[in-house]
Amino acid sequence: MSGPVVAFRNVSKTFNGSKAVRNISFEIQPGEFFSILGPSGCGKTTTLRLLAGFESPDDDGGEVRILDKVVNHARPYERNISMVFQNYALFPHLSVEQNVAFGLERRGVAKAEVASRVKAALEGVRLAPETFGKRAPSALSGGQRQRVALARALVLQPPILLLDEPLGALDLKLRKEMQYELKQLNRRLGITFVYVTHDQEEALTMSDRIAVMDNARVAQLGSPAEIYERPRTAFVARFIGESNFLSGTVVGFEGGQLRVRRDDGTEFRAAATEERTDGGKVHVALRPERLRFVPPGHDADGNALPGKIKAVVYRGEMLHVRATLADGTDMTAAMSNEGQLRLPVSWKEGDPCLAAFAAEDVRILEAEAS
Amino acid sequence: MTGWMVPWFRWSARKPGARAWSLMGPGLLFLLVFFLGPLAFMLGYSFMPRGIYGGVKPGFTFEAYKTFFQPLYLGVLWRTVVYSVVCTVACLGLGYPVAYVISRAGQWKNMLMFLVILPFWTSFLVRTFAMMFLMRDTGLINTALIGMGLIDEPIAMYPTSFAVMLGLIYGFLPFMILPIYTSLEKLDHSLLEAAEVLGAKPWERFTKVVLPLSMPGVVAGSLLVFIPALGSYLTSDLLGGSKYDMIGNIIARQFGAGNNWPFGSAASFAMMGLVLIAVLAYLRTRDDAAMGNA
Repeated sequence: MSGPVVAFRNVSKTFNGSKAVRNISFEIQPGEFFSILGPSGCGKTTTLRLLAGFESPDDDGGEVRILDKVVNHARPYERNISMVFQNYALFPHLSVEQNVAFGLERRGVAKAEVASRVKAALEGVRLAPETFGKRAPSALSGGQRQRVALARALVLQPPILLLDEPLGALDLKLRKEMQYELKQLNRRLGITFVYVTHDQEEALTMSDRIAVMDNARVAQLGSPAEIYERPRTAFVARFIGESNFLSGTVVGFEGGQLRVRRDDGTEFRAAATEERTDGGKVHVALRPERLRFVPPGHDADGNALPGKIKAVVYRGEMLHVRATLADGTDMTAAMSNEGQLRLPVSWKEGDPCLAAFAAEDVRILEAEAS
Repeated sequence: MTGWMVPWFRWSARKPGARAWSLMGPGLLFLLVFFLGPLAFMLGYSFMPRGIYGGVKPGFTFEAYKTFFQPLYLGVLWRTVVYSVVCTVACLGLGYPVAYVISRAGQWKNMLMFLVILPFWTSFLVRTFAMMFLMRDTGLINTALIGMGLIDEPIAMYPTSFAVMLGLIYGFLPFMILPIYTSLEKLDHSLLEAAEVLGAKPWERFTKVVLPLSMPGVVAGSLLVFIPALGSYLTSDLLGGSKYDMIGNIIARQFGAGNNWPFGSAASFAMMGLVLIAVLAYLRTRDDAAMGNA
């Protein structure tokens, strides 16, 4: 199949006068692991429900397309989708087998075929049908319920699988395991996964592409690396990983770099693809691992802003050093532990230092849509 | 915690079972004295000869039970069962949709449930009299229908078995709605969404998900209606005009004008036995149905 399996074209949805989803557009390619990531209330769940068919877009609210058909008002079972719900939504009065068979029976699949497909589906999520088939959902652990929910959705062999924060209720270890398995299933079955989560790490780990949502809009759409390395707005820079923020006024453009003067008079350079008019305000972000602190007088080749060490936090595989710049802005540098941290760190609270970073690592942010 | 509870708390913490017994104690004692005690007396009376002016004489006889198992009284028993079954089925048919709508009514839920319970603010006796006034030949319904020229002669509604059953349905409907509402209200809405994604049409969502999950409410409601309906006598007394007696009327009469305490007691126990068998059979079919599902 060519062309996108899912397309949102300028979709809007209003609940009681407030926009839950505002004019969003994106496309999902066949077989993709596509995540919709954002904090609660950002519109990610509404987006998924629009895709599932539990909600319809506003009358003038654009179109939702699945497999090249407009499905704005199609019922969920007319959409070639399957779904895994947040709290699994297993039928408590049915056994594991009956839960998995439910969709096949509704579609009038022959009895013998139902039995063999249910068995295969349970094996596909690594639940032994002989052991678990007859059990009630209430007799299963959280992780096992998760697998049953997955089997119930996958047994229908849908082209598209929607997952609504499916790992939220699991403990960390199980979550990591399931993340890996979900990714494997996505690859092996060639089914398009649309995955809603508020957990940025989960999205980065599993996704081919991520739509970061904020305030009912898509703030940024791209691969995990693109989103992490080149966040477009302050929201994305803050929500995905950690960031240091600086701002100032443009005072020049030379050699592909903007010269930015901060309010306290210090200056730094930021790599820019296009020139900006002098006097314009810019906001930039810098990842903690791209920043280091050096003693004053040290030749920091690149940007160097003077400050004082505020705190040193040892985190095992990482060391976080926080310093306060002259104007009170806090900056954090993350150093990975490659063995050198066995030695006591020489930084002490109150030590003067320079925050050193390369102009190429500075990301100029766009203003956020309001 | 109040002061006197502390020693009790310490004492009961050391002895397994002591806490449970002392918490249940007052209730158990009450039931023992005012429920099991009289019941034992009744059981005794049912095997004794009747006294001439009420009460019993010493002795042992099956006379009372023989009297009960006569065609006359078995007919009354049959009528009682029919009325109660009709009442239960009608309450289920009328009550389930109401409970369903209320459970989906969002912010109006509590208001609507309040309305369901509202009739309890008035005595059942008064409400039954009101139904009598509505249904008799010169009552509101007949007067209105004649006034509108729809009928010439009053429709005979009171006293009829129809009136009795209507009264029973009216009186017991809330007892059907309440437990069904409770089980529907707990129903997780995402189960319906899951069923819909899996391909269940509205009717299938009802039969395959909503109904099975509300069965505990249906069972509880049916028992709460059927059992008291079997034992009711006020409704049949007032709306049946003693032409459509239920077993309750027969029993009540034996302790009053009939002056036959042993027979009244025997009829009560025969009834209790029947209720017990009926309920057990009903619960049994429910279990079988559940097993058949699994």
